[in-house]
Amino acid sequence: MENKISVSNLNFYYGKSQALFDISLEIPNNRVMAFIGPSGCGKSTFLRTLNRMNDTIPGTRADGKVLIDGQDIYAAGSDVVALRRKVGMVFQKSNPFPKSIFENVAYGIRINGLHKNKADMDRRVEKALRDAALWNEVKDRLSTSAFGLSGGQQQRLCIARALAVQPEVVLMDEPASALDPIATQKIEELVVELKKDYTIVIVTHNMQQAARVSDQTAFFMLGKLIEINPTQTMFTNPNEKLTEDYITGRFG
Amino acid sequence: MTGLTAACAVFAIAVLLIILSYIGVRGLSSLSLQFLIDTPKPVGEGGGIGNAIVGSVMMTLIASAIGLPIGIGAGVYLAEFGKNWFGTTIRFVADTLIGIPSIIIGIFIYTLVVLPMGRQSGLAGGLALAIIMIPIVARTTEEMILLVPNSMREGALALGAPQWRVTWNIVLPAASTGIATGAMLAIARITGETAPLLFTALNSRFYNYYYDQPMASLTVQIFNYATGPFDVEHKLAWAATLVLVGSILVINIVVRYLTRKKY
Repeated sequence: MENKISVSNLNFYYGKSQALFDISLEIPNNRVMAFIGPSGCGKSTFLRTLNRMNDTIPGTRADGKVLIDGQDIYAAGSDVVALRRKVGMVFQKSNPFPKSIFENVAYGIRINGLHKNKADMDRRVEKALRDAALWNEVKDRLSTSAFGLSGGQQQRLCIARALAVQPEVVLMDEPASALDPIATQKIEELVVELKKDYTIVIVTHNMQQAARVSDQTAFFMLGKLIEINPTQTMFTNPNEKLTEDYITGRFG
Repeated sequence: MTGLTAACAVFAIAVLLIILSYIGVRGLSSLSLQFLIDTPKPVGEGGGIGNAIVGSVMMTLIASAIGLPIGIGAGVYLAEFGKNWFGTTIRFVADTLIGIPSIIIGIFIYTLVVLPMGRQSGLAGGLALAIIMIPIVARTTEEMILLVPNSMREGALALGAPQWRVTWNIVLPAASTGIATGAMLAIARITGETAPLLFTALNSRFYNYYYDQPMASLTVQIFNYATGPFDVEHKLAWAATLVLVGSILVINIVVRYLTRKKY
């Protein structure tokens, strides 16, 4: 099994305070990797180092190596825009643009110039919406505002938007934390479905969710990677006492 | 507490309504189509504000053509990239400029443009108005852009959008209603300015379509009619005031309609 992402000795700083300590891990191709850990443990920060989203926060700094397909994304001269096209992201709070449903999905296709003509654009938008299991619910209202959708639909729209630019990796930062159980279930089914074509990294607070969707799980605490194991092992027979305490709800 | 604040609200609205209705009552009696077309005439022979309307429109247009792009551009810079010493300086200078009495800006343009040109002109008037506009537009644009949630920027960046496209396609459209409102406030403000035009555009008794000539404006015309000794002139001043206030109201309604929320 090939590794899509390979991180070695990554340290990350917000100004003077260090948020990540010496993280090293491998994320295999076409698998779902879940990050769990208590609030503030650095799992979201780590996720955002994988597409350099943290660059938008002034005063942040990363050292160490993050290789995606063997390329160091923090190397001097590395193209952030190309990186983010390859590594898509879905955020905790759905953040559709103030545009129509169609235009939300079309935006990424358009700015990256992926479409050949109008018909090709329509086809790509439809495919992205189908892949995000949203097409049937919105096909008759594509030109209406994205804000008219329910919370769960908005989040799937954001997933469709991310898929439309044909990324290879999809990062998900607690994508279901603001959703009701039924919408959550849809997102989870979607994640399992999507790993056929994408490598997925998902941050979650919900340990059942990690158990349901992921192949591997990494447990973070206080900015350190405590344990990484196949999900089955992690939830039945963890190596570390800390992991066991967290999973069984003794803290966090 | 509710009663007290409600009383303040009623007072604020009441003052506005009293002013508007008084202008309406006093102005309507002298208002006619002829008044809107005629140029000023000697006292007793009627006269109108046709040339003043044209002058006001022309000077507002050139002031907006200069002031809006620069103001909005500066506002975008302050909001998106201005978290440094340069941005802080610009912000401070803009706030100071907003507080400068407009007559001083008139004197400034008088020295800078009118004296070298050798005469007052519509261009000088428009420039003075543009200078008044820029800091207002810049600061309101900045505030409106800062209201756009950061999550929207991140959403676009995560799709591989370069920074300029995020600003241009996502942030500006999201803030457009607010920016347009700020622009309107600035236009309404300069349409009502008299002092900076006294030195710069002066006035004219004739229709003038050339920016290099002295130009009439509604406000200066109102000032002239209102300070005249005769009651007929005062009536004309009221009518001109009604036209000025009415047109600001109309512009506001039109822009509200054009920039209404679509999504």
